[in-house]
Amino acid sequence: MTSSKDTEHPLFQRIEGVRQRTGRVRDPIVTQAHGGGGKAMRDLIDDVICGALGMSAQQIQEDQARFSLAALAQYGDRLAFTTDAYVVSPLFFPGGDIGKLAVNGTINDLAVSGAIPLYLSCSLIIEEGLPMETLRAVLQSMGEAARAASVHFVTGDTKVVPRGAADQLFVTTTGIGVIPQGLEIAAHQLQPNDAILINGYLGDHGAAILVARGELQLETTIESDCAALHGLIAALHDAGITIRAMRDITRGGLSAVLNELAQASQVHIAVDGTKLPIRPEVQGFCEILGFDPIHLANEGKLALAVPSEQIEQALKVMHAHPLGQQAAHIATCRPTPAGLVTLDTGFGGERILEMLVGEQLPRIC
Amino acid sequence: MCLGIPGQVIEIQDPVRKLGLVDIGGVRRITNLMCVVDEDHPIESCVGAWVLVHVGFAMSRIDPDEAQRTLDLLREMGDLQSELQTIEGKGTS
Amino acid sequence: MRFVSEFRDPATGKKVLQQIEQQLRQLGHDASHPLKIMEVCGGHTHTIFKFGLEGMLPPSIELVHGPGCPVCVLPVGRLDDAIAIASQPDVIFTTFGDTLRVPGSQKSLLQCKAEGADIRTVYSPTDALSLARQHPQKKVVFFGIGFETTAPATALTLLQAREEAVSNFSVFCNHITIIPTLEAILADPSLRIDGFLGPGHVTMVIGLEPYTFVCDVHKKPFVISGFEPLDVLQSLVMLLEQFRQGRCFVENQYKRLVQPQGNRVAQQAMQTVFEAREHFEWRGLGSIPHSGLRLREAFSAFDAEKHFAIPAQQVADPKACQCGDVLKGAIKPWQCKVFGTACTPETPIGACMVSSEGACAAYYNYGRLSTSRKLEATR
Ligand code: SF4
Repeated sequence: MTSSKDTEHPLFQRIEGVRQRTGRVRDPIVTQAHGGGGKAMRDLIDDVICGALGMSAQQIQEDQARFSLAALAQYGDRLAFTTDAYVVSPLFFPGGDIGKLAVNGTINDLAVSGAIPLYLSCSLIIEEGLPMETLRAVLQSMGEAARAASVHFVTGDTKVVPRGAADQLFVTTTGIGVIPQGLEIAAHQLQPNDAILINGYLGDHGAAILVARGELQLETTIESDCAALHGLIAALHDAGITIRAMRDITRGGLSAVLNELAQASQVHIAVDGTKLPIRPEVQGFCEILGFDPIHLANEGKLALAVPSEQIEQALKVMHAHPLGQQAAHIATCRPTPAGLVTLDTGFGGERILEMLVGEQLPRIC
Repeated sequence: MCLGIPGQVIEIQDPVRKLGLVDIGGVRRITNLMCVVDEDHPIESCVGAWVLVHVGFAMSRIDPDEAQRTLDLLREMGDLQSELQTIEGKGTS
Repeated sequence: MRFVSEFRDPATGKKVLQQIEQQLRQLGHDASHPLKIMEVCGGHTHTIFKFGLEGMLPPSIELVHGPGCPVCVLPVGRLDDAIAIASQPDVIFTTFGDTLRVPGSQKSLLQCKAEGADIRTVYSPTDALSLARQHPQKKVVFFGIGFETTAPATALTLLQAREEAVSNFSVFCNHITIIPTLEAILADPSLRIDGFLGPGHVTMVIGLEPYTFVCDVHKKPFVISGFEPLDVLQSLVMLLEQFRQGRCFVENQYKRLVQPQGNRVAQQAMQTVFEAREHFEWRGLGSIPHSGLRLREAFSAFDAEKHFAIPAQQVADPKACQCGDVLKGAIKPWQCKVFGTACTPETPIGACMVSSEGACAAYYNYGRLSTSRKLEATR
């Protein structure tokens, strides 16, 4: 039988003292052991993940995050709930990294519903062999992005998969937010004469990633526009702008978003091609590869529809915000032909703006 | 077919392999200058020149004077058209 | 961008359009008797749709979108060969992005990639050569496609590879030439084309002289055109002026770039590396003599066709496909029986629906509104 005397022995105490300490991960790379459910995994979570994401040891003792409904209800009357998986190569690129992307992307998915983003989860799928430094840097960046946006990580999961079963690191974030009472933002609410505004330059993220992959051997100073948009949206709400519909413009670019809105509301969206804010470098990038910036991905851009009488005011609010300085009124809704998006080419002609079938491919020869 | 885009040669990077850095709307790429170099146009003369870039090769020099002449012609055409319109306009009114 | 934005000025464009309308009127053309102009090059087709020129031009002129989209005319059999090469172990197959979605008889390169083949998109053949240097244990194959604008780049890359003795690099050569193709089109008695917009970038390489037969033998005006919207409109004005004067000759609108003699270095590189094939198969147009290029014997070490067992099967175009008629301007894309129904950009039957330079894809994506309007107006 074990007696208290045994555990008072200095040898036992010495071992126990070290055992109770939060483990430090000293391995240079992530191995299968870090996903095995044992001590190595515990240490990885304690040392590499929780601290960076701002989670306490207490928080992660349980397998689930718990919320007080009463506390949530202070913000509004409906929950918004979203999830998104992030895979990007390279993991680090000018203007951001997969971690920042995973935080801001999920915040944006919540925010465009009008919700106040509150909580996030973080699920990691790590390919064994990933340098520990890389993992730390990504998580550091996630923590920073979350702090900057005042959202909190409350739960998560980590898996390590054999080499080749994943590409370095996949991150999934799930977010919960609360929609204030009375706020109704939905894709089907566009009305004829409504104006569509966007908050800035198109295509920066898509171009930055393609250049960062290095295959095209292009040099640019284009940076990803990766940013959390809830602050900008809050500013619009505070100014009393009626937002009928709102989408963040990500994969598929502006054309995908406008087509979705036109379909959902059965209106014609007429885009003024001369009003699209496009950075000269992104334009150059597109000319080289035969791309159209209207199809390129963004990570800090949104399109919103407002009644025509609020255009000036909405633009003023956006221009005053750091993420809306290049905001522009780029399109107008018309009754017919319903469901169609057209673009005034800036040369006097008009053409249909279709959603792409797949990924945009270079058109060279 | 044959997407080509104007760029300006910024610097020569490898005079032997005839490689230069070309700026295309702020985007830079190492470009093969072989096709725009001959006895009359040595590689050093490329710096500052405008070229048409296609699949990583400068395929031709762009002649700014000719470009201007083309634009002038286009504008003349436009002016002529405006004049004609005023004449026609006067005739019918 | 310099040399780009100036040639996209809408105010000038509007006036030039008015001039075109007036010229057409003077020539006695109207919607029932449109003047038919073929733009040979897919780059022009792209400009015409991207800037909405098709909808801005009066119905008294009809643009026929010619065969100058190398992706559109690549036959199914050659694509199957490319897929066979790409599927071999130890091969890195490199290609321009343009070809990835073109349907072969079983699958596309994109599907082949999904099945595990190492297929990479490159911007330049020199990038493919760099890959070969980086991966000496792999065989790097470059899918050479395109007309005379692109062929010199492949040729110069091969010359470089030979000089450096890069032994794991080869080219699957599908380069094609424009002159035999124009000859074949002009020889077709069903053709009704009044004049041509010539391919500016091809001409920058081959020069003006090779086109003289179009005017001398076939009596069709031929204007070499740049690729910005004002270039295209100005070229149309020049064509119409030739009609007015009752003359026909090879005229050069793209003087800022095109030298009458072409580019000697590029011509020489092509001459050194390539020779004409007896016949080359075109999608939709059938076999055209001397229209394809292959590597000369001296370069056989770099010839993918010699290295890899390829099926080299001739595969007939899909039955429903009328791409040939579209490419020759015999029918408009929307007159093809499967256009927009069985054949869409999502499920292309013919290649004209795949490339954004293909006439069918251009109509489907960009032009169906203006086209419908025009058709409605002329009804
Ligand atoms: S619609 Fe399809 S099958 Fe018909 S001509 Fe066009 S590409 Fe070919």
